[in-house]
Amino acid sequence: MKNIKEVLSDLSFFSDMSDEMLEFIAACGQNMHFSPDEYVGRESGSADYLFVITKGNIAVQLEHPTKGTFTIRSLHDGEIAGFSWIIPPYRMQFDLKAREHTSVVALDAGCVRKKCEEDHHLGYLMMKQSAIIMNKRLEDTRVQLMDIYSGRV
Amino acid sequence: MRSKDRPRYVLTVDHLRGLFDELSDQGYEQVGPIFRDGAIMLEKINSFDELTLGYLEQQDKGSYNLDQHPDAGYFQYSVGPQSFKKFLNPPRRKLWEANGSSSNFEITVPERPAKMVFWGVRNCDIEAIRILDKVFLEGAYVNDWYQAAKEDLLIIAVGCTHPSKNCFCTSFDSGPMPYEGYDLSLVEVKDGAGHHFIADGKSDLIKHWLNDTEAQLASKDDLEIASRTIEEAIDNMPIRLNPKEASELLKTNLEHSHWEQVASRCLSCANCTLVCPTCFCSTTEDITDISGDHTERWLTWDSCFVGDFSYIHGGQIRPSTRSRYRQWMTHKLSNWYDQFGSSGCVGCGRCITWCPVGIDITEELAAINDNPVGPAKDKKSRGNEKHKGST
Amino acid sequence: MNGSPWNPVLYKVSSKSIENADLLTFELDPVGDEAIDPIAPGQFNMLYAFGIGEIPISVSSILPSYPTLVHTIQDVGRVSKSLIQLPVGDIIGVRGPFGPEWPVAQVKSKDVLLIAGGVGLCPLRPVIEYILDHREQFGEVNVLFGTRHPDNIIYHRDIISWQSDPSINFQITVDHAFPSWRGNVGVVTHLIDKAKFYPENTISFLCGPEVMMRFGIYACLDAGISEDMVYLSMERNMKCAIGLCGHCQVGPYFTCKDGAVFPYTMMKPYLNISEL
Repeated sequence: MKNIKEVLSDLSFFSDMSDEMLEFIAACGQNMHFSPDEYVGRESGSADYLFVITKGNIAVQLEHPTKGTFTIRSLHDGEIAGFSWIIPPYRMQFDLKAREHTSVVALDAGCVRKKCEEDHHLGYLMMKQSAIIMNKRLEDTRVQLMDIYSGRV
Repeated sequence: MRSKDRPRYVLTVDHLRGLFDELSDQGYEQVGPIFRDGAIMLEKINSFDELTLGYLEQQDKGSYNLDQHPDAGYFQYSVGPQSFKKFLNPPRRKLWEANGSSSNFEITVPERPAKMVFWGVRNCDIEAIRILDKVFLEGAYVNDWYQAAKEDLLIIAVGCTHPSKNCFCTSFDSGPMPYEGYDLSLVEVKDGAGHHFIADGKSDLIKHWLNDTEAQLASKDDLEIASRTIEEAIDNMPIRLNPKEASELLKTNLEHSHWEQVASRCLSCANCTLVCPTCFCSTTEDITDISGDHTERWLTWDSCFVGDFSYIHGGQIRPSTRSRYRQWMTHKLSNWYDQFGSSGCVGCGRCITWCPVGIDITEELAAINDNPVGPAKDKKSRGNEKHKGST
Repeated sequence: MNGSPWNPVLYKVSSKSIENADLLTFELDPVGDEAIDPIAPGQFNMLYAFGIGEIPISVSSILPSYPTLVHTIQDVGRVSKSLIQLPVGDIIGVRGPFGPEWPVAQVKSKDVLLIAGGVGLCPLRPVIEYILDHREQFGEVNVLFGTRHPDNIIYHRDIISWQSDPSINFQITVDHAFPSWRGNVGVVTHLIDKAKFYPENTISFLCGPEVMMRFGIYACLDAGISEDMVYLSMERNMKCAIGLCGHCQVGPYFTCKDGAVFPYTMMKPYLNISEL
C-alpha cells in the first residue's frame, strides 16, 4: 500500500511540489474511511480538512426544507473535496457525504495553513491549485445554471 | 458560332409584334414588363401591345417614380420591383396534396409549369438566372419545378440603356449588355430617326424566325449607335464594390459594430429579399381543409428577415435585426462564393430602391470597409499587412 | 414518386416505445414497395405528420432488417407532438436519408470518445451499435452521457447493457439529481477524467446542446485530442433538408447537406459568434 506522500505525488494537484514540500504536506495527512451515506463534512462546520479522495465517491450536497437533499456535484477518485479550508472564515458551505465506501487522505487544514504561511512558495502552489479547482467548479456551475438540456440548442 | 460572328439584324416594332403572335401560336405563355400600380411589373401578357411604352423612371434610395414621356420606348428604364424569379420559382406553389387521414393517405403531385417566354430581360436578371441555376440545378438536389420551367424557356433580352441611380452591375463581371443566356437580344434605339431594335438571335428557333422576317442586316452605323448607347450606360454606373474583396472583408467582420448601426435603421421588413432576383429562401406551409381529410403542402418564399426563419424549439437563432441583416448581406456578398462559386449580388439595385428607409447595401459595405475589425487576435497582423497606406 | 425531392415515401408506425415523459422511439416500415435508401449513423430523415408538417429527426438505431427505420422523437413542438401521438398503424411521410455520416466506419483501431448531452444520445446510439458490432476495429471506447436529471435518461435497457459491457466505458452524469440518485452529478465534461484513451489516437464525436458541445470540445482539446479528430452535430431550422430553402445556414454551410455532422475544424470559426 502506498504511503500518503506517494498517494499525493500521483495527483496533478501536487505535481509542481518539490519532494521536500510533499514530505511537509504529507505530514499533515491521515487516512480516513467512510461508509456509504456517512457525512465527511457538514455545512456550517469548521473546515478542518482538505480531503483527497483515494477511492470512492463523495457528494457535495445542500438541504432544502421541502425538496430534500440536492446533490450539486459528485466527486471521485483523485479529486479534491472542499476548498473552504483555504479561505477565511474556514467554514464548510456544503455537506459532504460518502455515497459508497470511500477512502480519503485528510490533510489537517490548520497544519497545512500554518506551513503555507511559513513557506509562501508552498502557499502559492496550494493556492494556485485550489484556484484551478475553484475556477473549474465555477465554470461547471455556470453551465449547469444555463439548464442547457431544457431544449437541445 | 461565337456571338461577335453572328449577323445582327434591324428589327421593327412590327417584327417583334409578329414574333409575339407566333410564339403565342406555338403555345408559349408570355411574360413581360407592363405598367401596373405605379410601377413596371412583370406579368403574363396576351398581346405585344400590353408591354410598357413611353415610360422613363427615376430611382433613388428608397424611391421609385415613373414618368410618361412621348420619346421613350419599350425598355428605356432599368428594373422594377419584380424579377423573373417569380415565374421560375413562384412565390407560392403547391408541392403536393394528400387525401385521407393520418391512418391512411395518398399523395398526388400537381402539373408542371407551362412553357414560357420572358420579354425584356436585363443582363442583371440573366445573371440572376445563371446564379439561380447554380442553386436550383447544380447542387445535390434539383428544384424540379425550376428545372421544368427552364426547359422550354425562351429569353428575349434587352441591352440596358437607361440604368438607374441605384444600378451597379458594372461592379460585377456582367455589365448592362447580355452576352449569353438568351435566345434573342435587343438593343432598343429610339431617336428622331425612328424606333428600331438591333437584334442578335442565338437559339435556332429565333435564328430561323429572323431568317423568315427578311429583316435588314444591321449596318456598321447601326452597330455603332447601339454600342455607344451601351457605353453611355456603363459610364453612368460608377463602380460601387469589389465583389471578391467584399467576400473576404465580411468573413472577418462578423462582429463589426456597424451591424448594430444598420440595425438601428433596418425595419426587418424583408423587402430587399423579396425584390432581390437571387434570394431563394423558402418555407413550407401545410393547409388542411375543414374536414381534415384533404391537406396541401405549399412552398412559399421566405426571408431571413422574418422572425421565425431561424426558429428551432427553444427560440430563434437570430432574434435581432442586427443578426438578420448580417445574415442577408454576408450570405449575398460572401457566403455565396463558398456555396455557389459566385457573388449572390448582380448589382440590379432593387434592394436599394425598395428599402423603405433607403438602406444601400454598397454603402453599408463601404462603412465596414472603411473601418474593418477582424477578430481581436488578428488585429496585429492586419495592421502589419494591410494598413500601410491608409489611416 | 416522380423524382421530386419534396415528395415523401409513406411509412407506417409499426411500434412505439416510451423512453421518458416526452420522448418516444418509433419503428417505421414502408407502406408499399418503395423505401428510402439505407440510412447511416449521423444521418437524418424529414418526418411528415399528415396535415401538420415536417421536421428533421436523426436516425436513432440502425436495424439489420432494412428498410425498417428507427427514430426517437421528443415532444418539443407542433409537428413532434403530432408524430408522438400517432398510434401504431398510422402513416408518416419520410424523406431522406440526408447529411453526412459520423465517420465511424472510416476509422480503424482508434480510441473513441463519444460525448452526448440530453437527446444528443439519440444520433450517437447508432455509432455505439456500430462499434459494438465491430468492436475489434476500435481501441478504447468511451461514452460520456450527460443529461439534465435522472428522469431524462433514455434508452434504459441499452444503458444497462452498455454499463455492464466491459468492452466499453459508459458513464452518466446529471446536472440536477433527486435525493436518492447515487450516480454522478455535474456537467458531462467532468466525466472526461473517467475516460480512458490515448489522445493522439482518439476520435471524438459530440452531440448535444451547442453550449455543451463547445465545452465538450474544449475538454477534448485540453485532453490532447487533435482538432481534426473532433466531430459535432449541429441543429438548425430545416424546411427542405436538400439545401434549397436557406433556413439552416451557419456561416457558409447548410446544416442539412454540409452537416448535420461537421468536423469541428469546419464549424470552429462560427461556433462562438452570437446569433449566427
